[in-house]
Amino acid sequence: MAIPVRKYDAVVVGAGGSGLRAALQLSNAGLKVAVLSKVFPTRSHTVAAQGGVGASLGNMGEDNWHWHMYDTIKGSDWLGDQDAIEFMCRTAPEAVIELEHFGMPFDRNENGTIYQRPFGGHSSNFGEKPVQRSCCAADRTGHAMLHTLYQRNIFANTQFFVEWMALDLIRDIEGNVLGVTALEMETGEMMIFHAKATLFATGGAGRIYASSTNAFINTGDGLGMAARAGIPLEDMEFWQFHPTGVAGAGVLITEGVRGEGGILLNKDGERFMERYAPTMKDLASRDVVSRAMATEIKEGRGAGPNNDYILLKLDHLGPEVINKRLPGIREIALKFGNVDCIKEPIPVVPTCHYQMGGIPTNYKGEVVVPKAGNVNSLVHGFYAAGECGCASIHGANRLGTNSLTDLLVMGKSSGDSMIQFIKENNTHLDLPKDAGAYSAARLVRLDTQKNGENVYEVGNAMRQTMQAHCGVFRFPDMLQKGVSKIKEVAERAKSLEIKDKSRVFNTARIEALELENLIEVAVATMISAEARKETRGAHDRADCHDRPGFVNGRDDENWLKHTLWYKDGNKLDYKPVNLTPLTVESIAPKARTY
Amino acid sequence: MKFIIERFDPDQDQKPYFKEYDIQLEPSDRMLLDALIRIKSIDDTLALRRSCREGICGSDAMNINGKNGLACITKVSDLKEPVKLRPLPGLPIIRDLIVDMTQFFKQYNSIKPFVINNDPPPEKERLQSPEERLELDGLYECILCACCSTACPSFWWNPDKFVGPAGLLTAYRFIADSRDQAVNERLDNLEDPYRLFRCHTIMNCVDVCPKGLNPSLAIGKIKEMMVRRGV
Repeated sequence: MAIPVRKYDAVVVGAGGSGLRAALQLSNAGLKVAVLSKVFPTRSHTVAAQGGVGASLGNMGEDNWHWHMYDTIKGSDWLGDQDAIEFMCRTAPEAVIELEHFGMPFDRNENGTIYQRPFGGHSSNFGEKPVQRSCCAADRTGHAMLHTLYQRNIFANTQFFVEWMALDLIRDIEGNVLGVTALEMETGEMMIFHAKATLFATGGAGRIYASSTNAFINTGDGLGMAARAGIPLEDMEFWQFHPTGVAGAGVLITEGVRGEGGILLNKDGERFMERYAPTMKDLASRDVVSRAMATEIKEGRGAGPNNDYILLKLDHLGPEVINKRLPGIREIALKFGNVDCIKEPIPVVPTCHYQMGGIPTNYKGEVVVPKAGNVNSLVHGFYAAGECGCASIHGANRLGTNSLTDLLVMGKSSGDSMIQFIKENNTHLDLPKDAGAYSAARLVRLDTQKNGENVYEVGNAMRQTMQAHCGVFRFPDMLQKGVSKIKEVAERAKSLEIKDKSRVFNTARIEALELENLIEVAVATMISAEARKETRGAHDRADCHDRPGFVNGRDDENWLKHTLWYKDGNKLDYKPVNLTPLTVESIAPKARTY
Repeated sequence: MKFIIERFDPDQDQKPYFKEYDIQLEPSDRMLLDALIRIKSIDDTLALRRSCREGICGSDAMNINGKNGLACITKVSDLKEPVKLRPLPGLPIIRDLIVDMTQFFKQYNSIKPFVINNDPPPEKERLQSPEERLELDGLYECILCACCSTACPSFWWNPDKFVGPAGLLTAYRFIADSRDQAVNERLDNLEDPYRLFRCHTIMNCVDVCPKGLNPSLAIGKIKEMMVRRGV
């Protein structure tokens, strides 16, 4: 059966912040672009970002992009590529201003400029004291941003394919990327989107963990597609655990709470962060705070009847600040934590939040893989941006607010790269004869599977394995067991079975396909984590703490390098970190204290 | 806990029917969405939209015991049994709890939901005072879940002609924005017997909005501006 084909200049998969920003660039350039999204654009997970977007506007006091760059490199525990970090921090102010011009409802200062709040890990004068760099719209910054970007795309007349799920990347024999196969959820029909340039902006895969702030849709679809098409995944061992997920529910409480003056307390009412981070205290970077909280809980100083959570106190800010700056938080605390934070502290625990790794790219959003001796050889026609890409801006640990900065800057820059690429390569390369056959076979397998595995059971097994074996603290024996366990789960995921056989909006089928993508990410994560024998950023190995000669447990001599995981044979490879910025001097690795 | 859910799969059903579920909830199943996911883990043919599970993405709007709301922020303990679930009223059903929202978004698009400002953009931000910004509170937070528009009798009768509460709330969000220069054009766009004036202040929209917004108030302000413009 022939699969219908549609031709576009550019195909963008994903309509969150980075996908929409890129689409805007492409539409405004007059290109024929199709944006595929498995949910209506404003339902994408960018909508859940709360605290702000980082840019050194200096509206609240002195600030500049050099300081932002230093903080980001230090936050990344020196695993971030300094060219990409410079590019982002230098471009951030114009990206935010542009968004304001698009109509973003930022909070304002008395003089009419954008209000900025303090945030974790952001400092002035290279770590001296906290700085106000987070541009925000109350605690709904992601919502305001995503809606603004979508609205701007309505203005630009961007063509959306809403509730279409991309299935697989199409590559020819030379490895050129020619588009994707996709499933229209409403009809169950499959289509080939044939493109000159293809962008993945599919977001993260935080749903590999049992306890996650992430939406159900964060299933790493782009990563799964890339991995199946032979593209390696970079630095997948690095997952951010956000310090403040609502205990039990996992729902996010923004770091902006601490930015506005909230503090973390243990069961004794002690502001314990003063011990762990004397300068930045509760505003140390997320890996540091999450580890401190987990340590407090582990050592019996957690609050609550089971001593298993930490208290986030903000009642001292007063109802006025809470209602004005943090209204959404109050709503969430009431609904999911059963507390009114104007009167009582919110019970919180570190919760999986963000994937630092992803599809390897450079700062232009071009996907790069090792080939013929060049570790950063371009994949013809393939781009990635936002959480699914790894430029690598966030290295081993992302700073709060930098995810929104990343998706604006990288969304735009990948859009620009695609425009340039299409100018120079303005033809559709021929589709391979069997394009789409692989996806079609996957669908047939799923629809005809008998005596197979239950999607929920396999998903639970994956989530529990990741949670138990690859969490905030990682232990060598647990990681080793985790590798064999997750491989077993992956084996089971090969025979997922669904009862729903309908063509129309078959969500069981979508969930099974999502689980197949999640599994690729989970395996990549566990194998990459087991192999990295050091502590760096969010990757904390119990056998690699403060050893003599290794600052913060880091082993720069052997491990100052990016991991690359290949699905084929679970092979690992490594490539050097780029310590050379574009225009300024390198910031050399040193001890990391807050 | 007992649930009665309206089911319809056009692939095999002639018309919608109600299916009963009696399920054992776990203590962690606090919200209606948790319960629905529990049901779906037993019967994977139940189709619904969901994503953020915290009331910000607007995916899982449905009719819960006769009232529109979001499943993810509706506590199970607050619901009377058996819990009757139907798709949002007034829009075509695609399958089970999933409705076709084309008409809803068409109306949203029709009000030009973007800032119109033809001045060349300044190098820095366009300045806006805290007071001017305050005008946008209660307007920009809409999550496009469609609880309001699908609770509105005027929208049920004329979904092709009446913009509906969600679209009108957003229309006012741009009228109220000090950076927007198209107030007159926006009012012209609504000056018609149906687009705005089909609102008869029934206030169902205010009653159901899961974000506590007040489209009725915004609509009133637009009407007021129309009148003032007329004299």
